[in-house]
Amino acid sequence: MANKISDETIEYVGILAKLELSDEEKEAAKADMEKMLDYIDTLNELDTTGIEPMSHVFPVNNVFREDVVTNGDGRADTLANAPQRKDDTFEVPRTIG
Amino acid sequence: MEILELTALELAKKIKAGEVTVRQAVDAALEKAEAAEPVINSYVTLDREDAYAQADEIQKKIDAGELDSPLAGVPVAIKDNMCIKDQLTTCSSKILSNFKPTYTAEAVENLKKAGVVILGKTNMDEFAMGSTTETSYYGPTKNPHNTAHVPGGSSGGSCAAVAAGECFGALGSDTGGSIRQPSSYCGVVGMKPTYGTVSRYGLVAYGSSLDQIGPIAKDVSDCAAFLEAIASHDPKDSTSIAREDYRFTEALVSDVKGLKIGIPKDYMGDGLDPEVKEAVMNAAKVLEEQGAVVEMFDLGLVKYAIPAYYTIADAEASSNLERFDGVKYGYRSSDYEGLHNMYKKTRSEGFGAEVKRRIMLGSFVLSSGYYDAYYLKALRTKALIKQEFDKAFETYDIILGPAAPTTAPELGKSLSDPLKMYLGDIYTISVNLAGLPGMSVPVGKDSKGLPVGMQLIGNAFEEKTLIRAAYTYECATGKQYEKMADLDGAAAQSQAADGKEAR
Repeated sequence: MANKISDETIEYVGILAKLELSDEEKEAAKADMEKMLDYIDTLNELDTTGIEPMSHVFPVNNVFREDVVTNGDGRADTLANAPQRKDDTFEVPRTIG
Repeated sequence: MEILELTALELAKKIKAGEVTVRQAVDAALEKAEAAEPVINSYVTLDREDAYAQADEIQKKIDAGELDSPLAGVPVAIKDNMCIKDQLTTCSSKILSNFKPTYTAEAVENLKKAGVVILGKTNMDEFAMGSTTETSYYGPTKNPHNTAHVPGGSSGGSCAAVAAGECFGALGSDTGGSIRQPSSYCGVVGMKPTYGTVSRYGLVAYGSSLDQIGPIAKDVSDCAAFLEAIASHDPKDSTSIAREDYRFTEALVSDVKGLKIGIPKDYMGDGLDPEVKEAVMNAAKVLEEQGAVVEMFDLGLVKYAIPAYYTIADAEASSNLERFDGVKYGYRSSDYEGLHNMYKKTRSEGFGAEVKRRIMLGSFVLSSGYYDAYYLKALRTKALIKQEFDKAFETYDIILGPAAPTTAPELGKSLSDPLKMYLGDIYTISVNLAGLPGMSVPVGKDSKGLPVGMQLIGNAFEEKTLIRAAYTYECATGKQYEKMADLDGAAAQSQAADGKEAR
């Protein structure tokens, strides 16, 4: 049951993944994904009827705490990493025309 | 150079006794690094000035009697996916090439409280995605035992640094074998603790439900001591577990009488290198001679662990790595039109091929129409794999096997066929899916001089059982496979191989 990744699918995955791929990269990605999905399909040999998906191995619950700030003001340090900043804000390209 | 022959615990003892100063210890490690780095490339960042500043501060505290930790004054290295405040933390990626965190990872903070000196940050596969340390943006690390070979990955820099004597211990992270496999390839002792034992706060996430920080050390005693130093319950990590017992060094006892050890038949079958098999079976025999009961048994579902893992890990990675978009930190493309194009250009230029491959597969298996068929199917498989381990641990205290099917592959031979590379994770990966502790201990060398590691897997929270068995093995064999790598020998091995190929 060989998987076939269409041009539309790889385009869509590129949008989800926020990646811009060259035509060459797209072809390579298609081949890689088809091969991996064929391999992942071996899981279909297993009967998992009635098995709950296990997202966490231990029965841990949400951890709550009082909404109190304990880590001080790190604004200057945080902004120091900004690729582009304007005064005390992160600067990004215009989002609304 | 004899300082370098000491283990971390031995060194700290000498420092405490005033026989060695912290500066001398740092000198020794940095001198070794100076000689080794041009070839081995264990470190992404090595901060000499800062190391000496730390050394002086720690020496003062030791002299004043304010620091009484068994690791005080020991120079260590940290994998470059753990944040240290104001120090470059790159994850061996271009996209974080200029990132200086505003806080320090809890595990590193704990280690600092124990009085270690942090020499620098070690090389890794980009975002811990890879098994060879060849996907690093900063060039591959080489195996200190034979420089024509990889050190394994993704914690290859940390393991190589310990093996070469460029530090006295290191931290790594393990999502699918990234501590145990390179430890095996480099002939050092490495442990992935039970999920939730070491805080993930400040560890740059790859697959959050699988990631766990652990120690990489020269011997079992050091491994236990480092684990004891870094493990803690941390409210800043909601998956951190409050354990009843953190006294791992108490398990350094040479006694395995009556311990039940199971070897999965599927771990010893097809695809396992005969030299690896022999070394691991010999090690099992040593434990048997010491009084353990060793049996072969059927552990089910072994072959389904890798497809389940890559589905889950890639899904989590695609979500975790969304944050790298060129807005708040890291690299931003210089050439773009508008916001969305800026995201795309930044990520496409900033991530390497393996990272993109995993983000895309992860995005696909989480997308509507495929989520049930792939992602939920993998999570159901994970539940079944956990059940298989639960069943095995009803009978056995420890599951024993190899850490990897082969010794370290040659440089440049792995990345062209990712699926083949992924298959090398077969013995380590299910341990992460089930959240269990696993450990690699050096038990031999192959004909090329490359180390072989034995993997010990324990039930959840049973690190002490693993430490006891590993320590017993070490005592019985006189640590014969834990010698520091001989770098001149490694270069000679590499040249000998070149010569052979030329003929």
